[in-house]
Order: sequence, then structure tokens, then C-alpha cells
Amino acid sequence: MPIFIPSSLTEATQLLSKNPDAHLLTGGTDMMVEVNFNHRHPDTVIALRNIPEFQRWNIDTASGLVHIGSSVPYATMEHGDLAKALPALAEAARTVGSPQIRAAGSIGGNLGTCSPAGDSLPVLAALDAVVHLQSESSRRSVSFAEFMVGPKRNSRLPNEIITGVSIPITNGWQGYAKVGVRNAMVISVASVCLAIHDNKVRVALGSLGPTIIRCTESENWINSIGLANIDHSLAKEFADHVRAESRPIDDHRSTAEYRRHAVGVLAARLLLRGVQK
Amino acid sequence: MSELEHYSLTVNGVERQVSDAWIGESLLYVLRERLGLPGSKGACEQGECGSCTVFVDNAAVCSCLVMAATAVGTQIATVEGLNDDGSLTDVQEAFITEGAVQCGFCTPGLVMAVHHLLDHNDSPNEQEIKEALSGNICRCTGYGRIFAAVDTVISVRKGVSS
Repeated sequence: MPIFIPSSLTEATQLLSKNPDAHLLTGGTDMMVEVNFNHRHPDTVIALRNIPEFQRWNIDTASGLVHIGSSVPYATMEHGDLAKALPALAEAARTVGSPQIRAAGSIGGNLGTCSPAGDSLPVLAALDAVVHLQSESSRRSVSFAEFMVGPKRNSRLPNEIITGVSIPITNGWQGYAKVGVRNAMVISVASVCLAIHDNKVRVALGSLGPTIIRCTESENWINSIGLANIDHSLAKEFADHVRAESRPIDDHRSTAEYRRHAVGVLAARLLLRGVQK
Repeated sequence: MSELEHYSLTVNGVERQVSDAWIGESLLYVLRERLGLPGSKGACEQGECGSCTVFVDNAAVCSCLVMAATAVGTQIATVEGLNDDGSLTDVQEAFITEGAVQCGFCTPGLVMAVHHLLDHNDSPNEQEIKEALSGNICRCTGYGRIFAAVDTVISVRKGVSS
């Protein structure tokens, strides 16, 4: 039964080079659903739970970066210093599944699965996060925008392991909002992360297209007006700009029409929260 | 580090051997079908219902979503092991006295979730209780009796300790 539980990154990358078809597993909260329902039959698994640096996180105020290792669970992001440094990530983490899921599910797993509905992903997009990848012979870092290339598709090479993310600390407000069919235990129908840095707004959307969408046109439009001038009527216009940049589809969770409506409401709400109006 | 042909899990402080298991077996399956511990219940098998809640290294998780073989080297605690002598815990007693058990299927998972909450927070507020139990679905009680049981444990523990 080929299951490996390496205790170092070096060992993990070597194992992956020898077993390029192996499934990389962190918390298991996505993959085990597929296994339990016979949608996936793993032959070889490399479990990443025992790699010490994957479980670490730190806030480096000198460089203005928060580093989060791949296996850090959502539960860790919900409270404490990490939540203070990255409030939007804390809000997103708190909407993931249940406490039991948040104790196991990790940011590395969210990146590996790379679902457009992944709750941490709009936050990583809005905050210009960088994803770190390592193979047996090399290491590289890519922006989140370069990392996610499609629904459940990313630019990780078969011999690479996601080691963690670096997230720049912003100097303004940041928040995350999500719509689902109920309040608890829900996969997003539409989600938005809005962050303000140097008085400039950034917006990223989840579940509203094949990848997470960074709304650069909407950002440029609102930033040309200036944060100080934002009122309720401008927030409504902002909502329409964001809707125009979304690319929603009809699927089993919702309709494109509803998603387009909801994303505008969420974006306007976050913008007004951000400027405290 | 080598391939695992068979492995052992530490469950309720006891090392248990698991052999000839398929790689994809969940911890829930291994606990129930291979180790004879049917206290953890299987319902949704997708992490929605919480009836399979166990502790892995003191974290309350859905055992249906833990690949069993990856839990090697962890401390696993199930509802069967809450008290060493097999007697009822204060949470279990409170579930009985407050009528928080109807069909009983969700009860083991809820008991684990309540223990996890109260072992980390001795005076949770209403919202904290609801959030802590939000991953455990009960279709019988409407939750009122379960919250009453949690309140009972909180006051009993406070009474005993003060």
C-alpha cells in the first residue's frame, strides 16, 4: 500500500520525483469526499502532515509579509495574531465548512484543489499573494494570478509541492463576504474580497468565473474617483462595474443571473464598510 | 521512511494494528469496521454532519475525511475512550438528564464536539456554543435540548470547581 508520510520537505520532493502520479494530501477534507464516494481511487499518496515548516506561519513586519505554510489549518487563521494581520483571511477562514473541517483543511490544500469556490483564494488574489513551489531540484515563487489557470487547474508542475504562501500586509481596511444557501457549512455561491492599500481599492471575486477574478477595471474606476468621495450612490455604480467584470455560470449551486446580482451587493457592501459609510 | 504495508494507530491510548487495509480507507471506516469501535457514526461521509467526530492530536475532526493511514503517529480519541473506565462523562450525563438524545445517531459526534468546546472554553457564550456545534447536524431535537445540556455542564463544572 504505497502511502508515504515524509518528515521533511527534501524527503517529500524526492518521493514526488520518484512517484509523479502520487496524490499530495494535506487535511484530506476535499480529497476524502471523492474517495468516499468512489470518484477517486488513489494508488499512491504522499501525506504532507508531518513536514514541520508546512505547519509554521510568521508575521515579518520588517518585510511586511505574512508567511503561511501549506498545512496551516483554517482554524489557525481565524483568531489571534494571524487574524489581526490578515482580517480578510480570518473572515474567509471562518466561513469554511464547520469547526471540524477548519481544524483539518489547509491553505495549501485550497491552493492544490484550486476550486473557483475556494474561500481563501479571493483573499490571496486581492492581497497579491505569492505561492511558493518546490521540486527536488528547484524552487520558484509565482503570483496567485499566475498560479491559478482554470477551474481546479493551477500551474504547479507534477514534480512540485506547494510549500506555502507569502501575503503582503496592507495598510488599510480589508474584508471578505460570501453568499451561500445557508449560514453554516456552505460552499460559496458568490464571494468577494476587498482590500484597501495606500488608499487604493482592490477587489477579487470567487465562484464568479473559471478562476478567481481580479476586477482591475472596477479598481481603476473607483480609485480614479478617490476613497474620500465614495457615497452610497457611487457604491451602487461600483457594484455595476464589478458585475460587468464577473463571468458567472449556471450550475448546481446557483444561476449566473443570481450570482451577478449577489456579487454587486457584496462588493458595494464591502466598499462601504471599507470607507466606513 | 518506507511504504506502509500495514500500520498501527494509537486509539484511546492503545496501539492498534491495521493490516491488509486499502489505502483510501477513512479513519471512520477503520475505527468501525477494523478496530471494532462503532461509537463514531457514519452518515454523510462528506464532512457535513459531524456524526463521526473524533479527536486527532486534540483537534476535533471528521474521521470520515481523515485518510486512516495518514493518522499514524497521532493520538486518536473516540467517544468510547472519553472516560478510562467506560463510565459516562458529565456531558453524556447532561445529554440524558436534559433529554438531548432522541434517535441518538448524532449524539456521539455532538458529545465529542461539546467536550472539545468545554475543554477549551469553560464559559462560552451562546454564539460560541452555536458555532462550536455548527458542524454537527441533529434532525430530531431542534437543538434546544442540546444547548440546555451544554448549559447544564457549564454550571455543574463551575459549581464543582468553585
